Amino acid sequence: MTDAQILPGSTRQLKNHTSLKQTVLNSLTMAHRGLLKMRRTPEQFFDVTLQPILFTLMFTYIFGGAIAGSVSKYLPIIIPGILIQTVITTSVVTGVQLREDMDKGVFNRFKSLPIARIAPLAGALLADTIRYGIATVLTFTMGYIMGYRPGAGIGGVIAGGLLTILFAWCISWIFAFFGVIARTASSVQGVSLLILFPLTFLSNAFVPVDTLPHWLKTFVSFNPLSHLIAAVRQLANYGTIGHDFWLSLVGALIIVALFAPLTVRAYMRKA
Amino acid sequence: MATQTPTTEFAVEATGLVKVFGDNRAVDGLDLKVPTGSIYGVLGPNGAGKTTTINMLATLMRPDDGSATIFGHDVVNEAQIVRQLIGVTGQYASVDETLSATENLIIFSRLLGLSASEAKKKSTELLEEFGLTEAAKRPLSKFSGGMRRRLDLAASLIAQPPLIFLDEPTTGLDPRTRNQMWNTIRRLVSTGSTVLLTTQYLEEADQLADRIAVIDHGKVIAEGTGAELKASIGTATLQLEVVDKKDDAAAAKIIHKTLGVEPTISRPGHVSAPMARPDKITDLLIALRADNIHLSQVSVQEPTMDEVFLSLTGKPQSSHPKPSQKGAKS
Repeated sequence: MTDAQILPGSTRQLKNHTSLKQTVLNSLTMAHRGLLKMRRTPEQFFDVTLQPILFTLMFTYIFGGAIAGSVSKYLPIIIPGILIQTVITTSVVTGVQLREDMDKGVFNRFKSLPIARIAPLAGALLADTIRYGIATVLTFTMGYIMGYRPGAGIGGVIAGGLLTILFAWCISWIFAFFGVIARTASSVQGVSLLILFPLTFLSNAFVPVDTLPHWLKTFVSFNPLSHLIAAVRQLANYGTIGHDFWLSLVGALIIVALFAPLTVRAYMRKA
Repeated sequence: MATQTPTTEFAVEATGLVKVFGDNRAVDGLDLKVPTGSIYGVLGPNGAGKTTTINMLATLMRPDDGSATIFGHDVVNEAQIVRQLIGVTGQYASVDETLSATENLIIFSRLLGLSASEAKKKSTELLEEFGLTEAAKRPLSKFSGGMRRRLDLAASLIAQPPLIFLDEPTTGLDPRTRNQMWNTIRRLVSTGSTVLLTTQYLEEADQLADRIAVIDHGKVIAEGTGAELKASIGTATLQLEVVDKKDDAAAAKIIHKTLGVEPTISRPGHVSAPMARPDKITDLLIALRADNIHLSQVSVQEPTMDEVFLSLTGKPQSSHPKPSQKGAKS
């Protein structure tokens, strides 16, 4: 034991609220913890490494000729589509891992520490943007190897990638919410994928919307992922920012504004 | 009550704490006063409400009724202040399994506001104190139960909190590690901390705690120093086993004569008696040898948790199967 005497409780300087600065610092430390954990368990990168490689190869060669006439003509359409599908699916894992993490004793310690209540959640979500980043880089690289030459050059690709990562972070609050309220990790996975499958496939990710029946076209045009995919295509292929960009950006921010407080409240109630 | 000037006399003051889970009143009107600077033991069987009580005092759970203050600060209204005054070591190690010991301590230190270099220094210090330096870089999955508990305790001490909660700190540890843990806890108090620990073992409470509260069904059923409690429970039992089973009646007679207590023959060859006067044991052994009665075993049995509960509540503790009943039947 250190020789220094412990300061008695009555003489300490204490405050009953957490400042914004402390909240940010706490969240960053928790994000750092998330990164350390990733380094220790590299197997959790399987989904973000294998899925982009496999899906890009598979879908491009299967659908390329049928939909766009040739693989090289299909690449500008499918690469952004696969990118969004992969990254958004990855954000489900955020919720699943949060659930698993919360079941462990260490979360009790986080709750007993004088830190910002949102920090354990925000930190975990922030760390996961690394995963989205890996998936983004791999998908674009895979596309490049197969012959994809984005019209807007590297700048457009980076802008599209950043938009995707930001969107995924916002969406991950939804799955984090499921993670907090669900009883088991597998139920989080089940519910999340059930929502995700129609959203990713019933979009403009793989096929031109004109070929769809009318009712499906309506759904696809309301699907927020369609707007995101369109925005990324515009950024990467033409270097333009259209109304799809603003729609997906505003939509993503609304999701955070809605789900972040909900998630934190549910988390606190479980405390 | 919460807004009054904080008192320093008591580290913990709880009145009428209640926590209900469905039909189960886990904590049912619990009162507790822990004097500052002491080790306070909360003794009770599984399911008595020990962990739930700690969770409420450590702001992890909201009490359904009643109130509690930590150094005068309310656990509900001033939760964030309370959190700055406590360290919690849970029943199951609350550290990160996938990280190394050093990484764990650095993360907790950073969360508590230490700078990167301070955090590093602090964790090196703590690892050294708790004899974990060699294992510092290994992932925790390779740690033994005792090492995990020590790391867990080290993590609770980063901010040098004046009050530390230890929830069953030695459950599942081997005797040697348990003794190490006891020494660590004693050293803690010598630096000015107050420790509130829960345990299922009478011996542990007796060894460590200045005062003990015995709880059952979420209520305090007895409170006092170890000596006071033991006096109310009764004495230890002397148990003899004679080599020749036919000698048991004669042995009983000699016990009665030398110790002045009423022995019982629990089964042929086994004689037991309350150990009211320990200094007379020598006389007893000499008398037995003089009468040519040979012993195969002599032992002294401390009162068990079962006996504590039997004498305090008049009924055996409820949540355990009762081994004592078996003995009574035969």
